[in-house]
Amino acid sequence: MSSSRAAESLLALNQQEELEDLPREYPLSTSEDEGDSDGERKHQKLLEAISSLDGKNRRKLAERSEASLKVSEFSVSSEGSGEKLVLSDLLEPVKTSSSLAAVKKQLNRVKSKKTVELPLHKEEIERARTPLEQEIFNLLHKNKQPVTDPLLTPMEKASLKAMSLEEVKMRRAELQRARALQSYYEARARREKKIKSKKYHKLLKKGKAKQALKEFEKLRKVNPAAALEELEKLEKARMMERMSLKHQNSGKWAKSKAVMAKYDLEARQAMQEQLARNKELMQKIQVASESAEEEGGAEEEGEPFVPDVVNEVQMKVDRPNPWMFRNHSGDTKEAEVQGDPEELAEPAAQEAPESEEEGPAVAEEILLKEFEERRSLRQKSGLNQIAKPVGSQEAKDLSSQEVLSELRALSQKLNRESHQSRKQELSSTRTVLVVQREEAAREEEEPLLLQRPERARTLDELEELGKEGCFQNKELPRVAVEGQQLERNPSNHLGVPKEKKRKEQMIDLQNLLTTKSPSMKSLAVPTTVEELEDEERDQRQMIKEAFAGDDVIRDFLKEKREAVEASKPKDVDLTLPGWGEWGGVGLKPSAKKRRRFLIKAPEGPPRKDKNLPNVILNEKRNIHAVAHQVRMLPYPFTHHQQFERTIQTPIGSTWNTQRSFQKLTMPKVVTKPGHIIKPIKAEDVGYRSSSRSDLSVIQRNPKRLSIRHKKQLKKNSVD
Amino acid sequence: METVPKLGNNVPPKKDKLQGKKKKPRRYWEEETTQTAAGASPGPPRKRKRNRELRPQKPKNTHSTKKSRISKKPQVPKKPWERRSPGPQRSLSGAQDPFAGPAPVPVAVVQKFCRIDKSKKLPRSETKIRSRLEAAEAQEEEISVKAARSELLLAEEPGFLEGENGEDTAKICQADIVEAVDIASAAKHFDLNLRQFGPYRLNYSRTGRHLAFGGRRGHVAALDWVTKKLMCEINVMEAVRDIRFLHSEALLAVAQNRWLHIYDNQGIELHCIRRCDRITRLEFLPFHFLLATASETGFLTYLDVSVGKIVAALNARAGRLNIMTQNPYNAVIHLGHSNGTVSLWSPAMKEPLAKILCHRGAVRAVAVDSTGTHMATSGLDHQLKIFDLRGTFQPLSARTLPQGAGHLAFSQRGLLAAGTGDVVNIWAGQGKASPPSLEQPYLTHRLSGHVHGLQFCPFEDVLGVGHSGGITSMLAPGAAEPNFDGLESNPYRSRKQRQEWEVKALLEKVPAELICLDPRALAEVDVISLEQEKKERLERLGYDPGTKPPFQPKPKQKGRSSTASLVKRKRKVMDEEHRDKVRQSLEQQPQKQEKAKPMGARPSALDRFVR
Repeated sequence: MSSSRAAESLLALNQQEELEDLPREYPLSTSEDEGDSDGERKHQKLLEAISSLDGKNRRKLAERSEASLKVSEFSVSSEGSGEKLVLSDLLEPVKTSSSLAAVKKQLNRVKSKKTVELPLHKEEIERARTPLEQEIFNLLHKNKQPVTDPLLTPMEKASLKAMSLEEVKMRRAELQRARALQSYYEARARREKKIKSKKYHKLLKKGKAKQALKEFEKLRKVNPAAALEELEKLEKARMMERMSLKHQNSGKWAKSKAVMAKYDLEARQAMQEQLARNKELMQKIQVASESAEEEGGAEEEGEPFVPDVVNEVQMKVDRPNPWMFRNHSGDTKEAEVQGDPEELAEPAAQEAPESEEEGPAVAEEILLKEFEERRSLRQKSGLNQIAKPVGSQEAKDLSSQEVLSELRALSQKLNRESHQSRKQELSSTRTVLVVQREEAAREEEEPLLLQRPERARTLDELEELGKEGCFQNKELPRVAVEGQQLERNPSNHLGVPKEKKRKEQMIDLQNLLTTKSPSMKSLAVPTTVEELEDEERDQRQMIKEAFAGDDVIRDFLKEKREAVEASKPKDVDLTLPGWGEWGGVGLKPSAKKRRRFLIKAPEGPPRKDKNLPNVILNEKRNIHAVAHQVRMLPYPFTHHQQFERTIQTPIGSTWNTQRSFQKLTMPKVVTKPGHIIKPIKAEDVGYRSSSRSDLSVIQRNPKRLSIRHKKQLKKNSVD
Repeated sequence: METVPKLGNNVPPKKDKLQGKKKKPRRYWEEETTQTAAGASPGPPRKRKRNRELRPQKPKNTHSTKKSRISKKPQVPKKPWERRSPGPQRSLSGAQDPFAGPAPVPVAVVQKFCRIDKSKKLPRSETKIRSRLEAAEAQEEEISVKAARSELLLAEEPGFLEGENGEDTAKICQADIVEAVDIASAAKHFDLNLRQFGPYRLNYSRTGRHLAFGGRRGHVAALDWVTKKLMCEINVMEAVRDIRFLHSEALLAVAQNRWLHIYDNQGIELHCIRRCDRITRLEFLPFHFLLATASETGFLTYLDVSVGKIVAALNARAGRLNIMTQNPYNAVIHLGHSNGTVSLWSPAMKEPLAKILCHRGAVRAVAVDSTGTHMATSGLDHQLKIFDLRGTFQPLSARTLPQGAGHLAFSQRGLLAAGTGDVVNIWAGQGKASPPSLEQPYLTHRLSGHVHGLQFCPFEDVLGVGHSGGITSMLAPGAAEPNFDGLESNPYRSRKQRQEWEVKALLEKVPAELICLDPRALAEVDVISLEQEKKERLERLGYDPGTKPPFQPKPKQKGRSSTASLVKRKRKVMDEEHRDKVRQSLEQQPQKQEKAKPMGARPSALDRFVR
């Protein structure tokens, strides 16, 4: 029904249009009459054409030589005229009629209304219309908060401009890191938030609280000032609690529990717990000693206000942030691999009940907060800067110094915390470092450098350790030259775990080759040597120098590795690229598919030269020799070893005395030419021939017996 | 492998009297002959037979055959009157034999000839197999006892040099030795002063009777060095790199500047082998009739001299080859390379059988002892090392020489000679198969020129040294094997004997492809193809013929053979089998535990510090 109605309405419309079309033809036909106006228009057109000659939108002036398809009585085209068809022109009647005036007006109004373009213009965005918007914009502009470009605030841009290249780089790296951290943090938070288990969250909270308490205890011992600060925060929490009355039994949950409490033991307990918590929170905390407060005061000034959450977490951090190291992964690996007892013991001490992954995550959090903090600081200073002339030298210095000081503070914090945890092991070095740090606070020095000496120290240790290990490893004495090998290697740290095994082998080989063998004392010394004998050491040195270049051992090891690789059984890859996938150039089969269609070759037997570092043994079969070997077990034997044992004694005359050779090679059967071999008889086999042999024969084959018997019977009968 | 000592044709082997006389099995023709002869000629054969029949049946070896003939305590004969059985053993004269029965043989000597490796554990075998194994072992024992008995024929003893009350033997110079020894031995020390034709390489023939040497400036000569009879002397008008006798002293291979030439003992050029060009070293494998050549172009070529065919040309891929030696035990060629490695080659394989990294610098000389257990190498790093070749390839001892050894040679009894500059040092070991101890040189000798070639003469205590001043033949007591195998390499053989031997040797020629690192491996079953064949058979048949077919209960009387009872019977048998298996495994378990316990020592608190 509806469709038919729609069709009807459409028809009606068409009719209307047709009706309207009729008067349109008039102006076209009458256009020639209006001569002067037409000429003016043509002039205009010419001008336009000339102006568009050079541009892209060079219009083709089509000449009409023949009747085009486009000219039809059903539709209007402006082809050839080079002029846009305007609706109003069409609408204009030949004679002005009052009935159409209203329509025209309406059309004009519609035309005048602009459509909204989707990517709004900048001005349009920034134009504040409502009072609320105005207010927000005001605030934003005041802080110079980025509105369109979120990467850098105008203040940051300004400071960027003001900074030197190095600083800019540093800053940028810092920012990038911050951004990355933020994203990590967000992802983590999102993930954690998604966990629905109440128990998990409960445990998490409890764990955090416990940790915080522990940290606080620790802090009180180590740094009373910081502890005091912590106390203050606790005080604040108390205040908040008092204000919010969150844990009094007034919430929705509490009320519902209260209803249940009468009957449900658990609910009652929960309520009591809540109350206890409330009490705990409301309890006033005693203030620590005055002196501690005084000490803390100095630092308090410098430190801006930070939300308690931050500090709470901050307490947990007790080692340098892993993100702060450029190649953190390598470092951690290194520490693990080299098995420095000190370094291994340390993380174990730090990582209390909390899971291991907590550490880095917490560190992230902290860093984020710090960055935020810094940003706010910068904004403040930026405000100051606006007041001052921007280009002045003073301001530049100020901003750069500010950045540096910030960084320094950050590193100090990290250092301090790390040192607190490490205190027990390096008390002496720590003091030195603390002094250094204090000095560095005044100097213009990159604070990250502060950590360098520590690392270098550990490196040195490691090297020493490695050397010691090598010496322990040795079974044979070594010449002093081998040190080169070690010195060469530690320079690249990343490849350490892989290289270690090989290195051991290498050392072994080197041992083997450079064993200090006692030099020979022979009575007669070759004439040419006699002159040189007193300079034996020099000569040895010369030999060393001569062979320093060509590293025989390395080449050999490489060759061996290649041989081992070559002898390994190869996996069979049956993947058909493009099978069951979209085709195209440079397409690779997916990893899953490759895994599925890879037939892994069985692990072969271990190589014979596995434990011989200086030998490469060929594992290939000698086919020619195999052709001469026995490949079938003769009858009674079931295992090849049994048979092998019977053929181990040689029978040739080279290895045997004449007699035993003859005996061994004596044929089992001897025949003589020219003699008839008679068929075998029972006697030959060992059966005794007897007179009753006939009988036995008879007994054996009764058929014959019958015949013979018959014959005998016959004979008897004949007889 | 220990070969049984034999004497030459002039010394016929003694008949083993103690071998018990066995009754000959009657042959089919014997009966016939007697039968036919009975009619034709009733002569002596019949009589003989009758005689034999008339003789009383003698109990064969009543006391000694069953018992092991190896005495545990050598040289302590049991009291004769205890062993002797009274009565029939009396001799004609009525005197008693104080040493009746076969003489005891020392265990150590017998052990030397035993080849069955009893250390390998065999899987459980059935009685049939076990009886075969026992038979093989009995046979081996019998053979080795016989061989040990024939050791008696090795009459000669090796020489030695001993300093008077702690005197260093190295201080004894050649002149002293020559003065001390008999005239015949003293004649073996001589110097050939040949300064004109440059440093000499030399080679003794396998019998040790002939010496060939070639000077770098083309001087080639061969002589019977014992009698000093010159066989030939020519100048090839070309640089001579190396010289070597082929299987006999009649043929001589000379590596000349361009090609390899073969001369006979008259000095007539027989062949010019152009496929072997720029040869630096020659080595002859006597049992395979292979002439191995190492060339400047880096090729190791094996030339079969019996048929004149190149068996294999292997590219060593290690540059110029100028250090080569052979392992007399397994005929493997050892090549020394400039990268400090020694590679082991066989003509059957395109790649080296093994590569051993020996020195930090280039290898200068390699030598392998006659038993094939030790290899001595010297390198540019002035070290002299002795490697164990029995599987491990690890250095046993090393020494730094003041100027490094340029040439090395092992003697038949394991003396090691090293030529450094113009001095030759000789080290001796404890016995034949022990490595030479490098602590103290056994002998030293200074020559008139720089050493260019070294070889110990076989079966003579002589070391031949070719140097820039000619040839020196110096005495090295205890260097050579005192007893020679008359059938194998007889220094005193006549021309006829040599020809005879040549034919036999050619008949016994070992194919080139049998050369491998462990020649004993040829006496093993090829397990891989055995398994393969087994698998193929299994596929072909569709079942494993070796396994027992599952138990199928036989149908019983009517009424007894119900399905339930069938199943029950089946179950019974299965359970029984299962119990058997469990019992076996239980029996094996305590053994395993006992084995495991001593192996894994108690964990110590100090284990943490073990690296």
